[in-house]
Amino acid sequence: MDTSPPTEDALVTLGSQDRSLLDHIQHALHRYPVISPAVVLLVSGIVFAFLSDGRFQRPETLGIILQQTAVLATLAVGQTLIILTAGIDLAVGTGMLLTHLVIAKVAVDQGVPPILALLIGALVGLALGAFHGYIVTRVKLPPFIVTLGTFYIFNSLGLVYSKAQTVSKEALGGEGSLLLWTGKSFHIGSMRLTVGVLIAVSLYVAVAYVLSNTSWGRHVYATGDDPEAARLAGINVNLVLMSVYMVAGLIYALGGWVQLGRSLSASANAATDVNLETITAVVIGGTSLFGGRGRVWGTLVGALIVTVFRIGLNLAGVNVYYQNFAIGSLILVAVALDQWIRRVGK
Amino acid sequence: MSEETRRPILTAEGLGKRFGRVVALDGSDLELYPGEVLAIIGDNGAGKSTLIKCLSGAIIPDEGEMELDGKRLSFRRPQDARDAGIETVYQTLAVAPALDISTNIFLGRERRRSGILGSVFRMVDTAGMRRDAKRALDELGIGTLQDITQTVETLSGGQRQAVAVARAAAFGSKVIILDEPTAALGVRESGQVLQLIRDLRDRGLPVILISHNMPHVFEVADRIHIQRLGKRTAVVTPETHTMSDAVAIMTGAAAA
Repeated sequence: MDTSPPTEDALVTLGSQDRSLLDHIQHALHRYPVISPAVVLLVSGIVFAFLSDGRFQRPETLGIILQQTAVLATLAVGQTLIILTAGIDLAVGTGMLLTHLVIAKVAVDQGVPPILALLIGALVGLALGAFHGYIVTRVKLPPFIVTLGTFYIFNSLGLVYSKAQTVSKEALGGEGSLLLWTGKSFHIGSMRLTVGVLIAVSLYVAVAYVLSNTSWGRHVYATGDDPEAARLAGINVNLVLMSVYMVAGLIYALGGWVQLGRSLSASANAATDVNLETITAVVIGGTSLFGGRGRVWGTLVGALIVTVFRIGLNLAGVNVYYQNFAIGSLILVAVALDQWIRRVGK
Repeated sequence: MSEETRRPILTAEGLGKRFGRVVALDGSDLELYPGEVLAIIGDNGAGKSTLIKCLSGAIIPDEGEMELDGKRLSFRRPQDARDAGIETVYQTLAVAPALDISTNIFLGRERRRSGILGSVFRMVDTAGMRRDAKRALDELGIGTLQDITQTVETLSGGQRQAVAVARAAAFGSKVIILDEPTAALGVRESGQVLQLIRDLRDRGLPVILISHNMPHVFEVADRIHIQRLGKRTAVVTPETHTMSDAVAIMTGAAAA
């Protein structure tokens, strides 16, 4: 009954066809998406070192870059998780500001102990994330719309709650306060770092581990890649989405704490650039806006690129108004590259 | 064959399902015997998919009974059917293109490492799952896929189908259901998938095959269940009936 068994040629020949150099590059980038942002970071570092007459690669400058990236890098982790599920968070900046105001205000106005204030901030962050998750999974609104709405809402709540006033360093308890601990600095050689930098790096280590080594991480990728396939594989897609938005909310609070240490004050008008810059960091870092592919380390590199461009162009004496031009161009190149990489095998 | 060995492994009796005023299933029966390939054919709207979805837990029938190995089944979701040992390969394949072969095969049933790494740090056993995924593909004679860590999107249509079938075969302990597995494939890739179906049967796994492709059905099926107007109207075999006979019964041009 076995009429001429089918040949397995098609299965065997895989990968052995002739490929051009460009194909090889395309496949390598497809497999290791962190390569392209890492190359950009390296090249821009070298270029700025020359353009700034050697001021750029000083350890002091590296320390400043890392400190200045800490808040952005922290928040961009949550953004990465959400974008991996093919969502987006436009409210990450105002969400962080709202939580950091809550932490500051309950500590200062209500006299809550700092550790408890941080815990309350974490709960508020979780609640904001849960709200996003609820609307996205139950009301079925697109994440873009949901977070566009909450972007304004969180901003408004922050202004109302703080009466648009800044909570000062002294009110927050001064240098020694746990609330400002993330701003505490230490030296490695002549490079000055802060606790906030360490927190950001630890967050990357933890989330990178979880994404690549746990079931939850794999389910996050599958949910963003093909939600129907994920559902049929027995994954509770809504639960995955809900958890991702809640983790991102928790990261608002962590980012808010790092922000307190960075600015040594709390204000609803702080860090206005960070909102969109998290998306920039994720996109430049090689994570696809269509979900399902990307690495959190790419985001860290992307966040560093943003800061390196700003500081490097500054040190090179380039008109400050060109900074956004450079970053904007980089985004377009990064997304075009992503589209090209995604065409592998098509 | 004696009556003893011809006891069906999976049966459905009088399955009915309505969607509003539309009767999708009108008291449909089905028997699947151990070690056979049972093809289900029928015109559009005959209730093939609805019947299969009842068996795979994707929809809940309004009436009727299903038994697997003599035990009553009541599925409320696809996971229930899977837990009972019934695996379904959907027409859309349900694979995640950006994930690698091994991750796809174990998607939703990742195994954790033993010891503290697994229990506290929730670490999945990546190496072990890759080894077993490779073995699952080898067992089906498709171990020639060079690299278990390559993403599914880099595979051809036939290879993706092979991954989906390997996943079903790796976990389907009782029954495997294939929904239009050759619909999107070329001649050669269809041949490979038909060979996979024979391999599954040779390993003792009974297969239910839904297909519109009569030559494929007649090439691989042991028995052919013909669905018409929400009911099973006949069961024929490739030995006793021709393709045109089957099509005539299917369309109502001939009595069963």
